[in-house]
Amino acid sequence: MTSQPAHMNPARSFQGLILTLQRYWAEQGCVILQPYDMEVGAGTSHPATALRALGPKPWRAAYVQPSRRPKDGRYGENPNRLQHYYQFQVILKPNPPNLQELYIKSLEAIGIDTGVHDIRFVEDDWENPTLGAWGLGWECWCDGMEVSQFTYFQQVAGIECVPVAGELTYGLERLAMYLQGVESIYDLNFNGLEGDQKVTYRDVFLQAEQEYSRHNFEHSDTEMLFRLFRDAEAASKKYLEAGDAGERHLMVLPAYDQALKAGHVFNLLDARGVISVTERQSYILRVRELVKAVGAAWLKTEGGGAAAA
Amino acid sequence: MPDLLLELFSEEIPARMQRRAAEDLRKLVTDALVERGFVYEGAKAFSTPRRLALNIVGLPVKGQDVREERKGPRVGAPDAAVQGFLKSAGLTSLDEAKIESDPKKGEFYVAIIERPGLPTQDVLAEILPQIIKTFPWPKSMRWGAASTQPGSLRWVRPLHSIVCTFGPETEEPEVVRFEVDGIASGDITYGHRFMAPDAIRVKRFDDYVAALERAKVVLDADRRKDIILHDAKDLAFAQGLQLVEDEGLLEEVAGLVEWPVVLMGSFDESFLEIPPEVIRTTIRANQKCFVLFDARTDKLANKFLLTANLIAKDGGKTIVAGNERVVHARLSDAKFFWETDQKTKLEDRLEKLKQIVFHEKLGTQFERVERIAALAKELAPIVGADPALAARAARLAKADLVTEMVGEFPELQGLMGRYYAAIEGENPSVALAVEEHYKPLGPSDRVPTDPVSVAVALADKIDTLMGFWLIDEKPTGSKDPYALRRAALGVIRLTLQNEFRLSFATAALRAIAALKADGRTESVVIGADLLSFLVDRLKVYLREQGARHDLIDAVLSLDGEDDLLMLVRRVEALGRFLDTEDGANLLAGYRRATNILRIEEKKDGRAYDGEPNRVLIHERGLPEERVLFEVLEAATRHAREHVSKEDFEGAMKALAELRPAVDAFFDKVTVNAEDSALRENRLTLLNAIRETTRSVADFSRIEG
Repeated sequence: MTSQPAHMNPARSFQGLILTLQRYWAEQGCVILQPYDMEVGAGTSHPATALRALGPKPWRAAYVQPSRRPKDGRYGENPNRLQHYYQFQVILKPNPPNLQELYIKSLEAIGIDTGVHDIRFVEDDWENPTLGAWGLGWECWCDGMEVSQFTYFQQVAGIECVPVAGELTYGLERLAMYLQGVESIYDLNFNGLEGDQKVTYRDVFLQAEQEYSRHNFEHSDTEMLFRLFRDAEAASKKYLEAGDAGERHLMVLPAYDQALKAGHVFNLLDARGVISVTERQSYILRVRELVKAVGAAWLKTEGGGAAAA
Repeated sequence: MPDLLLELFSEEIPARMQRRAAEDLRKLVTDALVERGFVYEGAKAFSTPRRLALNIVGLPVKGQDVREERKGPRVGAPDAAVQGFLKSAGLTSLDEAKIESDPKKGEFYVAIIERPGLPTQDVLAEILPQIIKTFPWPKSMRWGAASTQPGSLRWVRPLHSIVCTFGPETEEPEVVRFEVDGIASGDITYGHRFMAPDAIRVKRFDDYVAALERAKVVLDADRRKDIILHDAKDLAFAQGLQLVEDEGLLEEVAGLVEWPVVLMGSFDESFLEIPPEVIRTTIRANQKCFVLFDARTDKLANKFLLTANLIAKDGGKTIVAGNERVVHARLSDAKFFWETDQKTKLEDRLEKLKQIVFHEKLGTQFERVERIAALAKELAPIVGADPALAARAARLAKADLVTEMVGEFPELQGLMGRYYAAIEGENPSVALAVEEHYKPLGPSDRVPTDPVSVAVALADKIDTLMGFWLIDEKPTGSKDPYALRRAALGVIRLTLQNEFRLSFATAALRAIAALKADGRTESVVIGADLLSFLVDRLKVYLREQGARHDLIDAVLSLDGEDDLLMLVRRVEALGRFLDTEDGANLLAGYRRATNILRIEEKKDGRAYDGEPNRVLIHERGLPEERVLFEVLEAATRHAREHVSKEDFEGAMKALAELRPAVDAFFDKVTVNAEDSALRENRLTLLNAIRETTRSVADFSRIEG
């Protein structure tokens, strides 16, 4: 990629970093998807990972996913924490035997020279209680900094992954800060240009961080949110029931959307501090039950590997 | 004699599992060999982040030949018997059997079965796949395309290749061929992930280790530790600093690198305002780095040591810079927490404890704090603490749980509370107790001695114990999720090392009252059950200290002594007494008396537990039984007096008064006299001996 313009350099441009990763994983045969159009807490929740990880069909995809963590908002005042940030997500099912190697090459592609940087795989067992998912893997360190999460999925939606998928999650802002050598997320150069044409992360997202922090911590309409949670929960169940055709299932994705909705609404309620510790557990359990039912139904669809009727 | 080299090469094994896994591998393989009759000279296992290796030296080339003679039926036996014999002995016809004769049985067939020992290699090829497939990883996983097959291989992380060679030192070793889930054993391994990733052909352990070294892999974890420690000390020394040693961290770091390269980084001096424990915890937990101490300032230095896994082309400049960035960010967070936390007083944090559930059946941390404060106040006079200070310390003890710092680093609980309490101007004993009330955390942890700390530590533990007893969440077998055994040991060590008197039943009742238990009867039962748990832990503790547990039983089975200190004092006094000649003889006399009593009581179908007849003794008794009778009366009285004054040494001495009389009695007096009245009276005298000893201990529980 010697021919690319300087402002596309992943070490200078946030979007250059994204585009480089997309190109790299496209070369590895991944379907390059766009972000899922619903609020999710992590790239894993995108149906392209959470559902496609289930069932026997091979699958390779990569995409950027905006991740919403209402509780992590800091009114734009903390240089490292955001309530909305980007993850770059890769899923390969089954995981190829050389996934670690592919991952390291992806780091090389974005300009991390393994001759001078210390890359390490440090134990980290991943678990997502609302998705009923767990796997074994590592935090990937670059010079002492966690830059990615590397997981071999063992279970999703409470269902064994057969075959096992490998998942990579890059924390894009953190990686970009390291590559660009800036101390604050807001100082990231977004478009890689300089002078008048330079657009920073601050220009793009600071206002949103401030507004959403106010919303998440102070003003979100909790009455509406409680109602939304119940509605989404009921709808998810209703859609699953309606789509149930015995051996086959005809309406899994809309039911999953409602489970995601319930999950995000719960996160908003949690950020407002209106859910007590004991209730918290039961909300997580309710979302997990929805996801579990969706996962089981997914296996009865074509995408989930059910034989054509 | 040939050697075995085995290497299992995988993706990164969690550091904390490596050493154990290597040891398991060694044990499983050598056990399986020994079970099949193979002896060996030595075996050693190794681990790095990416491999487990095993070297077994001095194995035989093949197993022992086995020759077995099997007797068959008589010559001329029915065909069915002959056929059965041929089948079981593996013969095709009787021509292959020998005929032997015996004067009794006559002529009969004998089969000679010879099984040559199998080549060691074949046995290894059979054993190893099985061991690999059932390897006891604490957590294992499936991976890749193979994971669709039921029963596919599980390993801690994906397993990539296996080296397995076998052969004598002087010859070319051979590959022991086997396959596990599509991975065929061979003689190819790989070097350092970045510095020498190419395939390496190896023969045996010696060249394997050397080849790995050339490929930037130090196989032996202990050597990696030595290198890290040595280099770390050198780097520190060069700066006039001292390494703050940390064995746990060293072990972990050695499990994160195949080729350790120690580098020094620094951080902004302004961070040194943060307590040193916080700096150390931050840098250790997040970055796995060592901190350094500066003897000139008597403080931490603004430097740290990291262990990279790479000889970097730029000499490590980039690595150090990257680590410094992260350390800086982490310390900035810590400093922010440290400063933010100081803006809210501990006292004002109590409200927030209402939101933290301690246990769903035992209420919130806030309720717990209230209970501990009440109990600490009551216990304070017993341990010599000011009740107001004890109550104050207990109230603040858990407040740091809701500080930012402890939220981030739970292991700093208590310590942060102490810092904040001191800053807020609390009494030094109160601040200290906030930290120390968690102690002792285990059998080797320090026991607090400041009375305020002792009161709160004791209240904390008794409340925990009573609480979980009340909701019937007692430890069972190896399961003790709430660390109740540790809490009990804490109560014991606090009591014994600080030498205070505490009736456990009283303390338990107070704790239970605070827990708002419904019925008092139920509480008493629970208290008694908990006391017996505590006594069991005391026995374990004393046994570990080298005391005799049978003596504890002997002392305990008497009255409801529930004062741990007094229990131990009695045990000690009894132990010393039994070590004297008087004690040993009295025990022998006691045993003789009870043996006779047991036999006679059984024979007669009655107990001789009445009072001896004084008149009868004086009129018709022998002088020895008159003396014994007098001495028994006096000794019982003396022993009881001493016990009531808690002078156990004195009580034992009083018992010693008995010894000459008991000895003389057995020497001169026939218990089973012809005169039935005398016999009965002598048996009641024996019973009196038993009763008298019971004033200090139940001698029947003493073993040996």
